[in-house]
Amino acid sequence: MSEAVSALGNASFEGFATVRELGPMGMITLRARHDLPALTKALQKVLKAELPERRRIVSAGEVRVGWMSPDELLILLPHADVTARVAALTKALGTAHALVTDVSDARCLFAIEGERAAEVLMKLAPVDLAALEPGELRRTRVAQVAAAFWAEEGGFRLVAFRSVAAYVMGLLAHSAQPGSELFPA
Amino acid sequence: MLILECPYCGVKAEETELSPGHEAHLKRFGPGSSDEDFESYMFARKNPKGVHFERWRHSYGCGKWFLAARCTATLEVFGTYPAQTSEPPPDIVARIKARRPEWEGYK
Amino acid sequence: MSTRLARGGRLIDRSRAVDFTFNGKRMRGFAGDTLAAALLANDQMLVGRSFKYHRPRGIVAAGAEEPNALVQLGTGSRSEPNQRTTTTELFAGLAAASQNHWPSLEFDVGAVNAAASRFLPAGFYYKTFLQPRAAWKPLFEPVIRRSAGLGRPPEEPDADRYEQAYAFCDLLVVGGGIAGLQAALSASASGQKVMLLEQTPHWGGRAPVDDVLIDGRPAADWVADTVAALEAAPNVTLRTRCMAAGVYDHGYVLAEERVADHTPGDGRPKKRLWRIRAGKVITATGAIERPLPFAGNDIPGVMLASAVRDYLVNWAVSPGDRVVIVTNNDDAYRTAIAVHRAGLTVPAVLDARAEANGALPEEVRSLGIPVLTNRAVAKVKGGKRVTGVTVCAQAGEGAVLDSFDCDAVAMSGGWSPVVHLWSHCGGKLIWDEAQAAFRPDPARPPITHDGSAMVAVAGSANGELLSADVLADAIRAVGGEGEAPRAQSPEEAPTEPVWIMPQGAPPALRSKMWLDYQNDVKVSDVQLAAREGYESVEHTKRYTTLGMATDQGKLSNINGLAVLAGSLNAPIPAVGTTTFRPPYTPVTLGALVGEARGEIFQPLRRTPMHDWHEAHGAYWEPVGLWRRPYCYSRPGESHSDAVAREVTNARTKLGLLDASTLGKILVKGPDAGRFLDMLYTNVMSSLPVGRCRYGLMCNENGFLMDDGVVVRLSEDSWLCHTTSGGADRIHAHMEDWLQCEWWDWQGYTANLTEQFAQVAIVGPNARLLLEKLGGMDVSKEALPFMHWAEGTIAGIPARVFRISFSGELSYEVAVPAGQGLAFWQACLEAGAEFGLMPYGTEALHVMRAEKGFIMIGDETDGTVVPQDLNLGWAISKKKADFIGKRGMERTFLSSPDRWKLVGLETLDGSVLPDGAIAPAAGSNANGQRNTQGRVTSTYWSPTLKKGIAMGLVHRGTDRMGEVIEFPKIWGGVVQARIVDPGFYDKAGEKQDV
Ligand SMILES: [Zn+2]
Repeated sequence: MSEAVSALGNASFEGFATVRELGPMGMITLRARHDLPALTKALQKVLKAELPERRRIVSAGEVRVGWMSPDELLILLPHADVTARVAALTKALGTAHALVTDVSDARCLFAIEGERAAEVLMKLAPVDLAALEPGELRRTRVAQVAAAFWAEEGGFRLVAFRSVAAYVMGLLAHSAQPGSELFPA
Repeated sequence: MLILECPYCGVKAEETELSPGHEAHLKRFGPGSSDEDFESYMFARKNPKGVHFERWRHSYGCGKWFLAARCTATLEVFGTYPAQTSEPPPDIVARIKARRPEWEGYK
Repeated sequence: MSTRLARGGRLIDRSRAVDFTFNGKRMRGFAGDTLAAALLANDQMLVGRSFKYHRPRGIVAAGAEEPNALVQLGTGSRSEPNQRTTTTELFAGLAAASQNHWPSLEFDVGAVNAAASRFLPAGFYYKTFLQPRAAWKPLFEPVIRRSAGLGRPPEEPDADRYEQAYAFCDLLVVGGGIAGLQAALSASASGQKVMLLEQTPHWGGRAPVDDVLIDGRPAADWVADTVAALEAAPNVTLRTRCMAAGVYDHGYVLAEERVADHTPGDGRPKKRLWRIRAGKVITATGAIERPLPFAGNDIPGVMLASAVRDYLVNWAVSPGDRVVIVTNNDDAYRTAIAVHRAGLTVPAVLDARAEANGALPEEVRSLGIPVLTNRAVAKVKGGKRVTGVTVCAQAGEGAVLDSFDCDAVAMSGGWSPVVHLWSHCGGKLIWDEAQAAFRPDPARPPITHDGSAMVAVAGSANGELLSADVLADAIRAVGGEGEAPRAQSPEEAPTEPVWIMPQGAPPALRSKMWLDYQNDVKVSDVQLAAREGYESVEHTKRYTTLGMATDQGKLSNINGLAVLAGSLNAPIPAVGTTTFRPPYTPVTLGALVGEARGEIFQPLRRTPMHDWHEAHGAYWEPVGLWRRPYCYSRPGESHSDAVAREVTNARTKLGLLDASTLGKILVKGPDAGRFLDMLYTNVMSSLPVGRCRYGLMCNENGFLMDDGVVVRLSEDSWLCHTTSGGADRIHAHMEDWLQCEWWDWQGYTANLTEQFAQVAIVGPNARLLLEKLGGMDVSKEALPFMHWAEGTIAGIPARVFRISFSGELSYEVAVPAGQGLAFWQACLEAGAEFGLMPYGTEALHVMRAEKGFIMIGDETDGTVVPQDLNLGWAISKKKADFIGKRGMERTFLSSPDRWKLVGLETLDGSVLPDGAIAPAAGSNANGQRNTQGRVTSTYWSPTLKKGIAMGLVHRGTDRMGEVIEFPKIWGGVVQARIVDPGFYDKAGEKQDV
């Protein structure tokens, strides 16, 4: 049995902010209407997590549940737990119309850390970082690819598609180059 | 470059986060329809200078299609609303009428 | 002589000398100099040649409006053409070279064009094309080629880094003069998020140069205090060296920040493009002084009056010992005062107006400087440098009344508000008769998303020229409250428009009056255009090239259209302006490109096995944004050899293909089957769990858009395979129909393309390999053709699909992407004994063509219905509806006259040219040769040892055995017989074993 590997083998870059590729991270896409009572119950039962409000990401221990659209959640959890949790969520949702599927290997995850981490994202995403609310999950693009990010302790987490992980790493490293800070110290 | 608010996720998305999708509120004509109906469904577009209803997808965001009422000449946006409607909602229509008294209305 | 004065210079630091070169000549300036200031300090007035006549060109201005003083800056990987010396900050080691001359700046062969200028009138280029063609090559082209050009494009890759950044604010203030500062200050008090941009490195604009007092103190002090207050405000961001290039819809503004232009190689990005989204924009962009059209106004040493005092006050540079001033307004008298104060001589102020009795002219008179009214420059004397002027009456025809020796002429034709940013997005202008200038019409602003005004204008950009008015206007522009600071500057008498000097100048003088210095457009050219019938200012612009140079006519446009209006005998506002388009000043391509260079030029999608392919000789083929191995060449092997080897090996032993790029979309829900029945032309709801079915997808027009194998995963879920490039498009297509048409249907989709690595194991030994890897029963009985199973292979969770795109025994194995490389390597290791070789996309294509399988994008082009490709069997007759069904029913799509897919077999065994078209007898209504078919796929078949092809041929399926001809690219024809496209194993026995 081979071990799963992340797209970039946890590559990192030290600039005016630190960029690290994380993972492998367990990720589950759960599609269901958010007003479905079975959904709230399933999240509570299987993950001990609340249903996030619109555009929010909530945490429950090691688990994060992010609002992706009115009928889609992204669940982040330890990679080893994915298979069991997919099964448990599917079971908990019962006959309700829902789709639960493992997307761990379809994505890549980055940490952008340091006091100036926001400046890295300001160069890539058409998003007002100053207006990003606490616990907000923002889906947008970074340069030419889709991405989602949110603030975490010490900086940001960013999720993108696996096939473009090297491109995203290139973007983040280019944007974190020492000397390219956007604001004076 | 336009900004349109996605009615599903509330993001004020700039145009680069969106994909355009031509005229809104088209009625589909399938098998059994007349040549005229099918032609109008497939090809006849209003393309007005002025008030227009169109489809946009929040493709770099929540992935949902939504509809926008917009003036094609001034780029003024009268509102955005979910795609699951077959005609413009009354509040949008009222807003357009307030801003464009000469507007002849939808259809 | 232009020279550095012993004292003064508010922007330079005399303790820091800076060495640089111009045309290889070593020169010295000071920190704080612009390149133009430093060149003048070194008596380098002559800096270039004009575009058409190669006339000597000197520095005219001191800012962004400079038309002449453009240089090639830097060398090698840091070489940039057309850099304005007036906005280039001096740095140690700067190397500048003049442009557009040969062999040297001082002696230029191209200046022969000037002697021939009467043969190069307005519209020369257009008229030339009307001449006999024979004249073009020997006569015109050499002249034009010599004339063309300005700077040289860099030949090496750019050594510098660029980037972009997004910014958001409630209010963006453009321009850091006193108007912009005051506007930002007033707005910041209201708590708005304010951004203030200034294109130069300095705050304050003209006020500190023009002796303005604010609240009783020098303007520079007020500027310093205000900047400090703004810097301390948490809601204000200030940026110097940042030029707002364009204003676009909904408050979008692009601005170019020159981060490290003046400190090359210090590791910072050279430039940064700001993509700003502002609630409102205030343009406090000031005004630009207009030249006066008099004969010889292009001779080096003739400068804008404001520029002369900028050089004196800011950089302690004298443009000459004797400066004649020529004006139609009071403001230029400030220059006389500045020249006098610097200890230099003003032989005379020539004022075109009948009277000059304002405070400034009186002050000049009191200094003992002669003020001559109703006077004009008859002609400037000199060649590469001004030596004097002759004087005439402005009211007359140029009879010389007097003359003065001088080495510089400071001219002022009044001021034009900088209305570019106001105009970019639709703001309209009004003609201000009193100031003889266009200024923004507050009643017709550009509007934003909610229908409100997007841009407001403040200060001189709004036509306010007196400092007190400027500050009050800035407060008004932000809707602010309170008193403006009290600014003191002398009252000024009105400007009197002067569009030709003297007003009755004869042709000999008019043909020496330059409007556009860079493009060599003269008063006489515009008048000629008017005589030839060019009434529209936009047409005249293109005909004469007025305002089409890199300065975009900042100095020339108003004078030019005034001359046109005069020639047409029309009022100036009736003639109107040309359209103002971004950018305000040129933006470096590097900044527009930003980070998108080299490795991150474009997202390159990599499969989990990408690096392995790279390390094993993959020759890449782009497929969408993916890279797929076209083939794996071995040392000494050509690509076509490699393809042939890979095909033969897969057909006879075992091949391995990275098929991870195939789209994989999960569709699940109670209505998923019903939905897929609408999406595909055939029936998918009836597919049993555990089975696979090939499906076709059409658009509503009935044209084939994608194909792939659909897999029934469970009672309520299907996995749809799409083409490699098609996953995102097809996923979006599905969501479109689910969200916008059948929103009451219960079905969810998930694009799982990247979740799985997919490996095709192809060839007679395929089963042996999987059995060796172990974990699943892949026998014919347990896993028949077009079935699938789930389990574990080589310890890795896998789905195995018994499908074949090659015609061989074939399994496609999907494993989690994170274990894709491990699985690939396990296959390679275990497969060695079965003769396994990886193969690329070209072998895949050859094998599918040998089988007669279609490829989306080869056999389809958006105008092909499935019936054209003999795929009618995959179109359900039972279904009442599916996407494309109504479209296909149109008579012309079901006509027997369609071009149909056939196989094509060359009689000589050669390979048909790709895309070749078979002509037919006769010609069409346009006189073009009729056609009867085209080649859609063509390959050398290593299996059949001959060229095989597919093509669409008129009534092709009815013409089996017929021979048609295809022309070859380099002449001659190839004969091909129309055959069945199933070239290999037509019965499909090999794949079903
Ligand atoms: Zn959205």
